[in-house]
Amino acid sequence: MTEPTPTTAARPVDVAAPLLQVRDLHVDFTSGGKPVHAVRGVDLSVYPGQTVAVVGESGSGKSTSAQAVIGLLPGNGRVVGGQILFDGQDIAHASKKEFVALRGRHIGLVPQDPMSNLNPVWSIGFQIREALEANGLAKGAAAKKRTVELLEEAGLGDAARRAKQYPHEFSGGMRQRALIAIGLSSRPRLLIADEPTSALDVTVQRQILDHLDTLTAEMGTAVLLITHDLGLAAERAEHLVVMYKGQVVESGPALEILQRPQHPYTQRLVSAAPSLASRRLESVHRAEVVEHARAEAVHVHEQAVEGAHAAVEGDTATTNVIEVRNLVKEFHLRGSGLRGETLRAVDDVSFSVRRGTTTAVVGESGSGKSTVAQMVLSLLPATSGSVLFDGVDLTELDRRELFRFRRRVQPIFQNPYGSLDPSWSIFRTVEEPLRVHGVGDAKSREARVRDLLEKVSLPASALRRFPNELSGGQRQRVAIARALALNPEVVVCDEAVSALDVLVQGQILTLLNDLQAELGLTYLFITHDLAVVRQIADDVVVMEKGKLVESATTDEVFESPKQAYTKALLEAIPGGSIRLGA
Amino acid sequence: MGWYIGRRLLQMVPVFFGATLLIYALVFLLPGDPILALFGERPASPAAVAELRDRYNLDEPFIVQYLLFIKGIFTLDFGESFSGRPVIEQLAEAFPVTIKLALIALAIEAVFGIAFGFLAGLRRGGLFDSTVLFLSLVVIGIPVFVLGFTAQYLFGVKWGVVDPTVGGDPSFTELLLPGAVLGALSFAYVLRLTRNSVAEALSADHVRTATAKGLARPRVVTVHVLRNSLIPVVTFLGADLGALMGGALVTEGIFNVPGVGRLLYQAVIRSEGPTVVSVVTVLVLVYLLANLVVDLLYAVLDPRIRYV
Amino acid sequence: MSETTVRPGQEHYVAPLDTTPLAAVDAVDESTPSASLWGDAWKQLRRRPLFIVPSLIIVLLVVVALFPSLFTSVNPRYQELARALEGGSQGHPLGFTRLGTDVYARLVHGARASISVGLLTTAIVVVVGGVVGALAGFFGGWIDALLSRLVDMFFALPLILGAIVMLQALQGRNVWTVALTLSLFGWPQVARIMRSSVLQVRGNEYVTAAKSLGLGRFSTLARHVLPNALGPVIVIATISLGTFIAAEATLSFLGIGLPSSVVSWGGDISNAVPSVRTDPWILLWPSIALSVTVLSFLMLGDALRDALDPKGRTR
Repeated sequence: MTEPTPTTAARPVDVAAPLLQVRDLHVDFTSGGKPVHAVRGVDLSVYPGQTVAVVGESGSGKSTSAQAVIGLLPGNGRVVGGQILFDGQDIAHASKKEFVALRGRHIGLVPQDPMSNLNPVWSIGFQIREALEANGLAKGAAAKKRTVELLEEAGLGDAARRAKQYPHEFSGGMRQRALIAIGLSSRPRLLIADEPTSALDVTVQRQILDHLDTLTAEMGTAVLLITHDLGLAAERAEHLVVMYKGQVVESGPALEILQRPQHPYTQRLVSAAPSLASRRLESVHRAEVVEHARAEAVHVHEQAVEGAHAAVEGDTATTNVIEVRNLVKEFHLRGSGLRGETLRAVDDVSFSVRRGTTTAVVGESGSGKSTVAQMVLSLLPATSGSVLFDGVDLTELDRRELFRFRRRVQPIFQNPYGSLDPSWSIFRTVEEPLRVHGVGDAKSREARVRDLLEKVSLPASALRRFPNELSGGQRQRVAIARALALNPEVVVCDEAVSALDVLVQGQILTLLNDLQAELGLTYLFITHDLAVVRQIADDVVVMEKGKLVESATTDEVFESPKQAYTKALLEAIPGGSIRLGA
Repeated sequence: MGWYIGRRLLQMVPVFFGATLLIYALVFLLPGDPILALFGERPASPAAVAELRDRYNLDEPFIVQYLLFIKGIFTLDFGESFSGRPVIEQLAEAFPVTIKLALIALAIEAVFGIAFGFLAGLRRGGLFDSTVLFLSLVVIGIPVFVLGFTAQYLFGVKWGVVDPTVGGDPSFTELLLPGAVLGALSFAYVLRLTRNSVAEALSADHVRTATAKGLARPRVVTVHVLRNSLIPVVTFLGADLGALMGGALVTEGIFNVPGVGRLLYQAVIRSEGPTVVSVVTVLVLVYLLANLVVDLLYAVLDPRIRYV
Repeated sequence: MSETTVRPGQEHYVAPLDTTPLAAVDAVDESTPSASLWGDAWKQLRRRPLFIVPSLIIVLLVVVALFPSLFTSVNPRYQELARALEGGSQGHPLGFTRLGTDVYARLVHGARASISVGLLTTAIVVVVGGVVGALAGFFGGWIDALLSRLVDMFFALPLILGAIVMLQALQGRNVWTVALTLSLFGWPQVARIMRSSVLQVRGNEYVTAAKSLGLGRFSTLARHVLPNALGPVIVIATISLGTFIAAEATLSFLGIGLPSSVVSWGGDISNAVPSVRTDPWILLWPSIALSVTVLSFLMLGDALRDALDPKGRTR
């Protein structure tokens, strides 16, 4: 690796020596006897009190680099080259004992997943106290008192009571606050925050990051922020390090990188970052396509009516393919009492979906958005209210009609690792809908499957492969092919891109958009991510705690949100406020 | 937690009745004359047959027979063995011995099983781990009566370290060898269970976080790894106490330990049907009770259950 | 964000393009041959001694059980009382039992009893337990509640104790009755494992996807749920096979398993007990045969678990 070449004219002014300086770091993992070069020649430096963000997709080596700094590489990984200078001392090959002394007291960690990072069998207070005692900051009663102070400082109310509680009694956001309290308990000079909020809802994410910013600024703690979210990184850090395949491809002042990305990878990343995108993706001639789709729909509808059900004929049936009316869903929770509790997951929700367009249902966890999707797919019976598909109430369908309905509405789910049967080849998976519905003979089905794979840009060689051999994005493309096999009119995408890396996410969104234009599809798009909504949706339905908060066109929602909750959601999009340069 | 215990107790009621009904039906509903079957291959005197017909209310409808049998359980009336002694008297004599033996076995399997399992789990994939895993499999693979005779022969006959049989009122040291044989199988299970849960806990996120806090390795592996790994192990041990009582059958037979197992062993050998049914019923009750205790133990050990 | 001065080492740096060539986003790796999950498991298994050794032993045992005459021409029931407890000699490599029968011949002929009881019991247990567990796990609700209580009831009776009670009352004991008895108390374990495995698979989105295709419930169960839930059941079935063989031997040893007319290792061990102090080797041979057999199935189960059951991995 060559020395960093300055491309800006700014003359560096010497402030102080860097707190952390990583030089030409190489980390290898051994897997199956062969070494894998996870980190290859990384350089980065963090000055006292400064926030530096390392950005990259999964597998870029960003977390591995951070783990090397705090000496927490997994058992099969080790530093094979380079230096990690902490306060001038090389700790790349420090002994276990030296690392024990460094951790907590000098280098703190706020980990990624609040659900799994607290020990379920010890109280929150115990887990903080333990850190204080291990780092020799307080003992006994003094440690207890300090624990409560730390929890208060992390923004948890009623801290004395909270300290006695166990992790399962905390929400995700509260747990992350407790983890921040632990990470900062011994006042480290460097805090490594590894995707500290990616498992949390956007509004909670914002609060927690704001709080973390305030605390580290007050204490003068330097922060090494590891994130996949370019917008978030640019918003929180002054210096950015972009990693790709174990190497640093670009680094420098955050704004400068965002506005004038030089490396093609960074450019790709900036243009794909959903939080920074400002417009809906456009495909060929959308207006014409929508018109064409409507005409087609009228045709299909007429056929359907002839076929079986004397539906309520009307205009709505042709323009609104789905109508959700006063939909309610209640779940009975098995509580501690005999009767348990009733949870109103969906509470009187009404909206409609226009044919040939995309309607996004947006909400945070527990908003009931996925439950709505399940009822639209007729996978879950509604407690009351109705879903009208093409003017026909789903609850009134008999078995044969339901079977025909299934052909016209297909889902794509969130988890790319769970949505394909691992023991079925890709060919069988995509062919299954055709078989179940008795479409064509073996030969024509195979031709159709090949055609579908081509549509989702997968090579024909993928036919014989199994899901475990494909990446998340590729599996999601297979799921799309399966959903499209029966030529459905409506596709319900339940968080279909949430689990994917940003570039892959952008790719899938473009694909969905092109397919919509080509096939005249209607999408019901369930997502927690408003940034994605902007890229794909025509109309938006915002939900909170089972209730519909706001429903309008995407432009209206983004430009003049009416409700406070919608505004809060919009403000919480990381990096949303950053203006991109020309 | 109250609801949790209540629910467990409620679930136990049908299981209790179901299991006892099953035992009873096995003996009295199978084809053939149950009384003759109870005698097995021994000749039955008409007087004894009449006595048994009366005792088991065989002239009543089946369900009445069963209810009377249940009544017998609750009033601790288990009838008499062929020798004429009340079964409950024999049980009262034998139980303390078996409990002593089972506790010795439990102590052995807990101490050695957890210790070896913990060390193996910490060094997963290492030489110690592989060796211990394989040996534990061998221990599981050797049927307990083979193990018993081998131990008896080596320690008792060949080397003469201990008396090959116990008999009478056994002392603690006399019970050590039978206890070890009895506990051997569970020792291997405890070892493997501990090893697997330690190895799993070791890679848990919260353990990494504990290390990142600045805790030293010994504290991390005891307070965070071992403490969490012990939950399944302790519950296994609890349930095992119930199972050991039944498992003592062969061991006590081999070493001639005057416990419940030998009582059953001899009843089986002598084809004393009524005694077999009574003793098995009692053992099943002990087993169910042990499982209930385990559920409570679980609630105490795991805070996630405590507040449900 | 305010403009700050750029500090040393933090100047805008761009990596030369040639050090990290940009790959196409999310391209399919076409270099490796494709492999199904089962194919992967097989590839992993066939290299492991933990799999190969017990498999060879089991194959040998099955051959011995099927064709004992290939291995010995001596009648295992022929008694030469005069040679009782005699040591090994020409044609009688392992000597004679207390009753003057040939130890080696009995060893060879005893394999059939153990293997057939083990296989029969396992087959019944897998079918019954598998069906009950799959129905309980897949349909849930009252079906699950009912079946689970039934499983609990049978589970309250430990294998050996239950078998003792039943065999005690049973007349005409043979391989079939012993296998049926062991099955009666052995199926709940398989049912529990199948249930939890099905429950886990049922939650996957591909099952929901099948439902939204309009695939029927039983077809979904058969095509998508069962094949993916089978791994842990195969593992427990293999291990159980070993346990059932041990249980049969224990029962025969207690004298209530197979009758003395059937040549079995458990019965031979029982017969050798009275002379254990003077002639321990007679007890040794059937004990070794039995232990090696049981151990082989346990080892095979362990190897299969590593390959098939991601949760219970030992390594």
